[in-house]
Amino acid sequence: MAKRARYQNRIELLQGTLDLLILQTLQWGPQHGYGIAQAIQAGSSDVLQVDTGSLYPALHRLERQKWIAATWKLSANKQRTRVYRLTAAGRRQLVSERTRWDTLVDAMAGILARPQEQES
Amino acid sequence: MKDRDADLRAEIDAHLKMAIADRVARGEDPREAAAAARRELGNVGQIQETDRDVRGGRWLEHLGQDARYALRVFRRNPAFAVVAILSLALGVGANTALFQVVDAVRLRALPVADPQHLYQVRLADMDGARGNFGTWRPAVTYPIWQAIEARQQAFSTLFAWGTDEFSLTSGGELRSAQGLWVSGDFFTGLGLAPAAGRLLARDDDRPGCAPRAVLSHAYWQRAYGGSPSAVGQTIALGSHAVEIVGVAPAGFLGLEVGRSFDVALPLCSDPVFSDDGRGRLQAGTSWWITMFGRLAPGWTIERANAHLAAISPELFKATLPENYPAVSAPKYLKFQLAAYPGGDGLSRLREEYTSPLWLLLGIAGLVLLIACANLANLLLARATSRQREIAVRMGLGASRGRVIRQLLTESLLLALIGGLCGALLARLLSASVVTLLDTDSSTTSLALGFDWRVLAFTAGLSLLTCLLFGLAPAVNATRVGASSVMRASSRGATSSRDAVGLRRVLVIAQVALSVTLLFGSLLFARSLYKIVTIDPGFKADGVVAAGVVFRRLEIPAPQRAAFRRQLLDRVRALPGVESVASVRIVPVSGDSSGNEVWLEGNSTQHFNTSFNDVGPGFFSTMRIPLVAGRDFDERDTPESVAVAIVNEAFAAKLAGGAPVVGMRFTREATPSGPEKTFQVIGVVKNSTYADLKEGVVPVAFSADTQSPAPGWMRMVMRSSLPAATVTAATTRALGEIDPRIGVTYDLMTTQLRDAVVGDRMLATLSGGFGVLAAILTLVGLYGLIAYTVTRRTNEIGVRMALGAGRAAIARLILRETTLLLAVGAAIGIALALAGGRAAASLLFGVKPTDPIALLSALAFLACIALAASYAPARRATRIEPVVALRID
Repeated sequence: MAKRARYQNRIELLQGTLDLLILQTLQWGPQHGYGIAQAIQAGSSDVLQVDTGSLYPALHRLERQKWIAATWKLSANKQRTRVYRLTAAGRRQLVSERTRWDTLVDAMAGILARPQEQES
Repeated sequence: MKDRDADLRAEIDAHLKMAIADRVARGEDPREAAAAARRELGNVGQIQETDRDVRGGRWLEHLGQDARYALRVFRRNPAFAVVAILSLALGVGANTALFQVVDAVRLRALPVADPQHLYQVRLADMDGARGNFGTWRPAVTYPIWQAIEARQQAFSTLFAWGTDEFSLTSGGELRSAQGLWVSGDFFTGLGLAPAAGRLLARDDDRPGCAPRAVLSHAYWQRAYGGSPSAVGQTIALGSHAVEIVGVAPAGFLGLEVGRSFDVALPLCSDPVFSDDGRGRLQAGTSWWITMFGRLAPGWTIERANAHLAAISPELFKATLPENYPAVSAPKYLKFQLAAYPGGDGLSRLREEYTSPLWLLLGIAGLVLLIACANLANLLLARATSRQREIAVRMGLGASRGRVIRQLLTESLLLALIGGLCGALLARLLSASVVTLLDTDSSTTSLALGFDWRVLAFTAGLSLLTCLLFGLAPAVNATRVGASSVMRASSRGATSSRDAVGLRRVLVIAQVALSVTLLFGSLLFARSLYKIVTIDPGFKADGVVAAGVVFRRLEIPAPQRAAFRRQLLDRVRALPGVESVASVRIVPVSGDSSGNEVWLEGNSTQHFNTSFNDVGPGFFSTMRIPLVAGRDFDERDTPESVAVAIVNEAFAAKLAGGAPVVGMRFTREATPSGPEKTFQVIGVVKNSTYADLKEGVVPVAFSADTQSPAPGWMRMVMRSSLPAATVTAATTRALGEIDPRIGVTYDLMTTQLRDAVVGDRMLATLSGGFGVLAAILTLVGLYGLIAYTVTRRTNEIGVRMALGAGRAAIARLILRETTLLLAVGAAIGIALALAGGRAAASLLFGVKPTDPIALLSALAFLACIALAASYAPARRATRIEPVVALRID
């Protein structure tokens, strides 16, 4: 229960959207896991909280799909980090996921819009 | 996997540090920042788990974990592992060994090009074939072979072969090589390539050819060390030096599975090796040629058969020999040729041993089942004692499937180790099974490979056993809810009703199968006993049969009888030789000769009888009693009236009980002679002729002093000295007469033993399996009873405290044994009687429902059961009530 309360003001990510967000984030350049999480959080004005427990498995899943690639690099403050970048296949995947997402959002919006009109 | 885990940890570590650094930069207290960041991160172990799942290859990792865990379990409990692996190794080993033999005898195709397109061409029915038969195989004569080759169009290549033995020594005790006569197209038709030199070809098989030899690869290795210089040398076969032109490829043992060859010669050179210089090429009554071929393009087997049937009448009309016996000529003219699939060659082993081998394989399979039941029992017992461990693991969140998988991994590991040991064991066992089939006169050579089929069989068997003995206990062990086990006391936990029921069923199955196997092995043992205790009608002890060849002396036919007498006299004079006599067909040697006979003048009442041609003193040497008349002696010469001594069976057939001495009977015309009438001068007791199992057959003995003598003779010698002494002295004595005389020896006792080699193999192997089954069942029963006693310790304690005596307690335990035994035996009897029917054709003198065998099997098993429950029952009676009640 306590756990639920902590995340109250944040929205848990929809199943499958994390992949899209990661790919989208990496579109702007290579980034390590923490960076990706921060970028998503910042980009959503702290509404979307990335759970570390989902992030790394998701990164490794995408890596297995060959949509992203990873290398070990030293960061500015001498910290050894694993940096991910988008591959050509990942770019294509991003386009197709975006299209799917847009379709989904349109469909959802269509459905959610109608009852509101009826009520008013 | 380790690397990826470390990577992930480093990654998360970096994540954490960066998160803390960010928080500190935002102005948080470093200590609080660290705690908050860590909280945000969540359960690192969980992340690792999820990540491992994502990475995949999870099952492999699990397998590795499970295998490691299983090995640890085995190390902690080595006795269990050893028993399990040993019984599996024995079971799998026995099965694999027998399968290897079946594979070699039955399943494997010949190592030639396109064996599936090879066909055998032979007479559909050989009834009516008369003359000399050089082989057990269906065969034709050389004139028939030539006529077929000239007329047939169905086969693009048709080739012929026959087998023979060649003497490798020029005199003294003979060593012989297995020979193969081949037609010109033999090697090309089989698509074989030489290992050295060249193979025989069409040009080598021309009328009047000189012999040329192709060695088998094995003989080349054995006699010439595989040296290429062997090609071009000569090999001495009999009295001929034959040029070696090449070596056949390795692995090619000829077309008869089980009988290898050493040297192959062209068919056309047969006359060179014959006594009379003519040989069998013109003889229309020598049946020694086997034909194989490949269909011509566009021909099917049906069309080829129709074609062969169409050319048959004219072909046999053209080849009917002039001297063919008139009674059999109509049958000869009606012979039909037919083609049969021949890709796996021919095999006497196959004809004789296929059903025994399949039966033995079935028996071995049952033994393996019993072993599996034992292992399942052991695993059930272990699962019970591991129930707490399993409950804890399931309580900690392991899924039932995961625990079953882990338990099955243990079983799989056992099965694999056991299977591997079994495969190694099989290499030894299969070779010894083959040696069981060896006789003094014929060595069985089989290519016992470990090919993909054997490999698949062993692997499949191991996996199957794993499932058989592993699955039920694993499923059973995980059925109990974790909480109930954790909550229950240890006493409650051990008495899972299902497990005990399952174990009882397993033991009952073991008892039933053991009864069946023991019954089977007793049947075969009794059958063998019946055979070896058959009174052959002669005394084999101390009798040596010798084959003497004096062809090379080129003695003219008229003087051979005198020479033969000289040889016999010389041997008779040897110290220690009691008596010696010449004989044409040594009893039980497998040779035979039979003809129709009738009372002179009454040819309508004819019957078939066996013939033998013996010299004076044969009956006394063999200790066959003369019951009427006289033995052959010097009065019987080629000029005197033809005489015969007959056995009692013959006398009964001829005269129906009336005295036969003085009667005359007529033998039908044969390819080698016209009708001949004999006067009976004596009657002897019945004795075995060719086959121990055929029982009493009518036999007529003619006097060899009255028939033309060939360039060889056989004799039987009786002596009280050791056989080796007698044979050495004989070889020396014959060598003194002429060093070119060759001689071979057979002990009559060995002959008798070799005659039952198949029965002995069955009895030996099934007996071994029966004992193995009994031992496994003993272990199984003991395990169950001992477990029952442990489980009922409390109850027994209470009973004793309430005044039950030791006898009552022992009865309590024995009642369980008796119950298991009774149910198992009842099922076993039904199984045994059903199984006995399947084995009926392999039995001699014993009914497949033999009550003695059945009762003995039951009695034996009852003893086993008593032995198994003795120790546990004793322990039960020693239970101290106070101690028993204090437990828990």
